[in-house]
Amino acid sequence: MNPFPLSDCGSSDHLASWSRRRLLTSSALAGLGWLTPLAQQLARGAEATGQRPKSVIVLWMEGGISQLESFDPHPGSAIAYGGKAIATAAKGISFGAGLPLTAELANEFSVLRSVTGKEGDHSRATYNVKTGYRPFPNLVHPSIGSIICHGLPESEREVLDLPSHISILPGGFPARGGYLGARFDAFQTGDPLQPIPDVRPLATGDRQQKRLDSLAVLEQSFAAGRLASLEGERTLHRTSVERAQRLMSSGQLAAFDVSGVPKAEREAYGDSAFGRGCLAAIRLIDAGVRCVEVTLRGWDTHLNNTEGQATQLALLDPALASLIRGLKARDLYEDTLLLVATEFGRTPKQNLTEGRDHWPHGFSILLGGGGLRGGLAVGETDPSGEKQEPGRPIRVEDVHATILRRLGIDTTEEITTPIGRPIKVSEGRVIQELA
Amino acid sequence: MSFSPLRAILRLSALGAIVAASGMLLWRHFDSGKPAPLPAAKPDPALASAVAKVNAAFLASWTKAALEPTPEADALTLARRLSLALTGAPPSLEEIRRLESLPDGADPVAAWLDHLFADRRSADYLAERFARAFVGVETGPFLVYRRRRLVNWLGDQIETNRPYGAVVRDLVSAEGLWTTKPETNFLTVTLEEGNGKKGPDEMKLAGRTARAFLGLSLDCMQCHDDFFGDRWKQADFHQLASFFAQAELNLTGIHDDPNKAYETRYLGEKASVKVAAVVPYGSDFFGKDGSRREQLARWITHPDNTPFARAAVNRTWAILFGKPLVDPVDNLPIDGPFPAGLEALAREFTASGHDLQRLIRLIAMSEPFRRESRSPDPDTPATMEQETAWAAFPLTPLRPEQVAGSVIQSTTLKALDSNTHFLQKLRRFGETQDFVKRYGDPGEEEFAGESGTIPQRLLLMNGKLVRERTEPNPVMNSSTRIARYSPSDETAVKAAFLASLTRYPAHAELAHFVSGLAGTKGEDRDRAFTDLCWTLINTTEFSWNR
Repeated sequence: MNPFPLSDCGSSDHLASWSRRRLLTSSALAGLGWLTPLAQQLARGAEATGQRPKSVIVLWMEGGISQLESFDPHPGSAIAYGGKAIATAAKGISFGAGLPLTAELANEFSVLRSVTGKEGDHSRATYNVKTGYRPFPNLVHPSIGSIICHGLPESEREVLDLPSHISILPGGFPARGGYLGARFDAFQTGDPLQPIPDVRPLATGDRQQKRLDSLAVLEQSFAAGRLASLEGERTLHRTSVERAQRLMSSGQLAAFDVSGVPKAEREAYGDSAFGRGCLAAIRLIDAGVRCVEVTLRGWDTHLNNTEGQATQLALLDPALASLIRGLKARDLYEDTLLLVATEFGRTPKQNLTEGRDHWPHGFSILLGGGGLRGGLAVGETDPSGEKQEPGRPIRVEDVHATILRRLGIDTTEEITTPIGRPIKVSEGRVIQELA
Repeated sequence: MSFSPLRAILRLSALGAIVAASGMLLWRHFDSGKPAPLPAAKPDPALASAVAKVNAAFLASWTKAALEPTPEADALTLARRLSLALTGAPPSLEEIRRLESLPDGADPVAAWLDHLFADRRSADYLAERFARAFVGVETGPFLVYRRRRLVNWLGDQIETNRPYGAVVRDLVSAEGLWTTKPETNFLTVTLEEGNGKKGPDEMKLAGRTARAFLGLSLDCMQCHDDFFGDRWKQADFHQLASFFAQAELNLTGIHDDPNKAYETRYLGEKASVKVAAVVPYGSDFFGKDGSRREQLARWITHPDNTPFARAAVNRTWAILFGKPLVDPVDNLPIDGPFPAGLEALAREFTASGHDLQRLIRLIAMSEPFRRESRSPDPDTPATMEQETAWAAFPLTPLRPEQVAGSVIQSTTLKALDSNTHFLQKLRRFGETQDFVKRYGDPGEEEFAGESGTIPQRLLLMNGKLVRERTEPNPVMNSSTRIARYSPSDETAVKAAFLASLTRYPAHAELAHFVSGLAGTKGEDRDRAFTDLCWTLINTTEFSWNR
């Protein structure tokens, strides 16, 4: 029997008001001139308010962070398996014992303890949480960062040499632009201690110029007799070479480099690539980047869960706490949404190897900054671990709707995808507790 | 133990001998030697007659639209298109020399296809391309899904040119273990962890079957009737899913339980109902023998099931052109209208008993495939109308692995084929994986035709693969050897153009690069040649199919 007979197939069709549908004819090429209603809406919003546009930092816990050891502990219950909890700065809210520094800042964000998804496989669940939609054949949905960047006014693109969407330590599933186009994929980079990949020219000075001059000779000969709109509507070759060169020589690249940050500040994030990634994220947001994703891998603890989660929490805790402090110190926190997310949680009951398996039925996501209410824990899971359905369930798409609305995007407006299918930016409902 | 100079010398000598032997072996595998001439293809009157029918359809459409087709592309361009489509890399310099030895008057397309089909790498590459349609690119469930095995199995079928219909029948009706019966991975990829279900997911299989084998996108009908027309109902989808609902997974693999019923709750209904296995159209050629999946498999591949043939034609066309006849590749109208050529090709494919190699030959030998992608007159350039009607070959971006394959092949004189040494294959595999990860793989959206992005450009301008493959290195990089050992600057520039772009330089291009090499020696010359290779790799032409 079909377990989800009316499950969300990714379509906006069920609830759609078809009279509002706008079947825009869009170029399948997604060239530079392709502006959807979403982009127009965002561009208008930015121009009208004149306020600093909001940005997003996503800390991605790849593999599935255990809610029971982090943001939703049930100390003393059987499913805690001896795990301890600590009180936080927020009244009545406790965290796992591995998050002492983050606990001190619990009033700066809220914890959603009852997020539910329907995907139990890493790649599908990651897709679900990163896009707010379940994987659907024929259509790849965009991630939050891509949606924001897609809406940037052209004037802002001109000021910023850096990519506006960046994934540090990208892991297995970096954020993608989906139907908005590959140019909204996150730019991938590694540990900020290492050089940024692919931005250092292989030749310099006159030699590089000679290469580019030769390239112009070949490009001219290639264009002869071919489509008149070859560059503008098809290849964007010259444009991408120019933008690449601008980035290669940009002073803004220094935002990636954390080596000049005072030692004490750097060490507060922990001596890890993830910690350095969080520090770089602040600097990038400060430089004008609109979405930075930093991934921490290693949460998939099917074996020896307690130890595995503790190891990862020790990396997460100083980095997360310092990130929040750092954003506040630079007066960026009100304009920056912070999302600590994962593809699913872990089973209340341990398996035979003392690990916890995948659990999409009530897991934790942390949401803060951007003017959202902090100090709350929304939803609750069953302390006995018997019930799948949590109290006050929050769907993955509700998290998306909350974020996108906060960014000033009307999530109910339909946009037309390149395959001609109208779809809402998000199918979710705003989590009222945070508004 | 005290130090012994003799022992040290002996050890160093042994090490030296190993290094020298390895060097010899490597050299042997990199050295082009003298290539064997390429024989002309045997005449095939039946195929020629089929090509004529397909051509007639296109010529009629061009006449009707008053479109002038572009001139016929030269042999090198045609060979480049075919090598990229069938092997994921352009022809090597050695292969180009073979092509140039083809007897006058012989059809380069037919001869080149003979050459490519004789090489296992075509089967492997095509298997990967078709696997994207059959099972996608997901890593899939742990242990019970072995994508590599499925792709190898598909490669075996394509290499022996087993009828495509028989391959699809095996996939749909497969039974057994995912290891010993690789075709069962078509089903096991849909198993999901954590939802309490034991068998493959019949709904994913229904959607996949419709898209991959019939070119029909019925996925939305999982939840509701078709909003865009009355053609499809929610019941069509679930009745198709019902064919897969008896498949179960146990310790001996995938098997069917004939007593298992499929139920669903339709939109607006309060209760679930049993859903029978019923085909969404074409019940007149549906037979009830065997298991439900066997019935479905026979129906899908039945000669009267034209959507099956159209879907195969559309996908094969897309692999060859970089763009399907009907876009998107898996959403063809069931009742038409169809673009010129599709029906003629589908008829021929069915009449041939679903012969995939013959279909590839048919498409590649047709008029559209032979067209230039440009107009001979720069003042009247090729138009979108010509491209849309296939009166000009469409310019499409190469896939990431094709770009990686091009960088690697362009710096290796000899074809990296099935005879290539294991170590070199391993190197190529590692390089391609790294490159594709950074370049970005569109996954199943492989014919989206998107423009290049800035990270892609950065990767080609400054990336590791391009650096390692163009820097002076007389053992690993053919560019260095071309620079050092070519009899003249002109020969060297021509060889670099052929290896990278599969064409000779135009007069102005030749003059430009020869002047850059003139009088250079030693390291200066190596550097100048590295610059030339970098430039060629960074052209539009290098990463687009023309």
